[in-house]
Amino acid sequence: MITRLHHGRVELALHRLRDGDTTTPLLLLHPLGSRTPEVAPNWSDRWPGPVFGLDFTGHGASTVPRGGGYSAEVLLADVDTALTHLGAVSIVGRGLGGYVGLLAAGARPSGVRGVVIDDGPGLTGGGTMPSSPSFVAPVFESSSSPDPFALQELSRDIRPPDYVRNFARFALEGSPAAEPIIVSARILPAWLEAVADEHGVVRCSFEAAVERLGR
Amino acid sequence: MESTTDSIDEKSLGVLAGSEAAAVQIPGARRPDRRTSLDVGGLSISRVEWGPPDAPPLLFAHGGFDFAETLNVFAPKLVERGWRVVSWDHRGHGHSEWAQLYSLEADIRDAAFVVESVSAERFPLIGHSKGGAMCLQLAVLFPHKFTHLVNLDGLPSRKTMPDVAEHQRIRMVASELENWLGHRASLVDRQRPAGTIAELAQRRGRMNTRATTEWLQYLVTVGGRRDVDGWRWRIDPTLRMGGFGPWRPEWSMYRLPEVTMPLLAILCGEPELMGWGTRAEDVEPYLPIGAELMELAGIGHFMHIEQPDLLVQIIGSFIGDPQ
Repeated sequence: MITRLHHGRVELALHRLRDGDTTTPLLLLHPLGSRTPEVAPNWSDRWPGPVFGLDFTGHGASTVPRGGGYSAEVLLADVDTALTHLGAVSIVGRGLGGYVGLLAAGARPSGVRGVVIDDGPGLTGGGTMPSSPSFVAPVFESSSSPDPFALQELSRDIRPPDYVRNFARFALEGSPAAEPIIVSARILPAWLEAVADEHGVVRCSFEAAVERLGR
Repeated sequence: MESTTDSIDEKSLGVLAGSEAAAVQIPGARRPDRRTSLDVGGLSISRVEWGPPDAPPLLFAHGGFDFAETLNVFAPKLVERGWRVVSWDHRGHGHSEWAQLYSLEADIRDAAFVVESVSAERFPLIGHSKGGAMCLQLAVLFPHKFTHLVNLDGLPSRKTMPDVAEHQRIRMVASELENWLGHRASLVDRQRPAGTIAELAQRRGRMNTRATTEWLQYLVTVGGRRDVDGWRWRIDPTLRMGGFGPWRPEWSMYRLPEVTMPLLAILCGEPELMGWGTRAEDVEPYLPIGAELMELAGIGHFMHIEQPDLLVQIIGSFIGDPQ
């Protein structure tokens, strides 16, 4: 079942993948260029609560904006829109979804009970400072999903370690969860290395991460 | 304000707007001779020109929360000196379309389409404020396109970041983050309040503190639209001053030493809210070899509006007027 949420002029698709008990809902955040899966993934079977997935702006069944203009901070606000609707959640984010999940955990420490950051497209981002300016002409009309502008812009977004570390600290200091940030990604770009180095951040396999997230 | 009438038709509204606008004319102001639109990835960007179509062109980038028609006095003065002045409204500004998303990268891409539309020959590039910061990027992106670069108080510097203790800085980040999410949550169906020409001018006066009432009222008539319930600024109501994210003002300055064409950077002597407050000593370490830097004492951030004759003279002698 899809619920439509409004974020500015964008309509976001929030997918209810599975019902569950009163345990905190699980929110899946997809990688760059991907979308919420049609059915709840097998690994989520052990999650007793409901399972949701959010299509980011320009992805899946959410609005594809005209002319790009993406940033990870806009996607953070996508997640914030979902939190307003769902209340507190636990997040499993892959790739770009892992980065945005971390931003959400830092921005809303009481609304995100924990985040798992796993490998996937868009995990690396565009480095720690701007590269030489570049220009990509829009080859396609940006009406298809995933939006070509999203693929281009969100693979280059800058993630300075000290900026990202702030979010990790907000989550670690403000979350009621014992383990608010769990890193299961195996490749650590500079931003994620800075996060993993913070005292209190857990590193383990994906299976163990999902297990610990539920505690 | 009170609604003029509930059932006014489009044509009558146009007549009403025209008669109200006629009451606030500015000597020397001239609306663009041509206005066309460019399709950039599905978004309509409005491009304007003053001067003969076959005159040598220069391209001007306006600042944030401005629009191309803020050049209605300045551009005709450049035309008198032999130029064809090309400019455009950034996405969400002036007559360009409101977008769902905004970013500097998207602005640069929109600008690149305008650059490409100007001429096959090289031409001077001028940018004010945010437009100046954009032009720095464009100059490094397309060094083959421009003969000169002129930057009008558009050099962001880190000096505007307060020098505070770590814990205080983190509190500021948390507060900016809260403001950002609060802003994003408030965008649905947002619209600018309607008002009289005088009311809109007064509102803009808070950002343009040195501008005359007459100028601000004139801007309403070219940068606003007359709705049934009054005038509204055309600018997208979802835009806000400053975004939130990892971008740092000094990153713009890092582009400065990479500029290869002759560069003239002009700073204002009277910093205003809409500028970065950058001083000569912030810029000097980054200036490319041979670049010129000047600070105009007693003049504010909107220098080309405040002192158009002086600026046209300074810029004209730097870029070499055709006449």
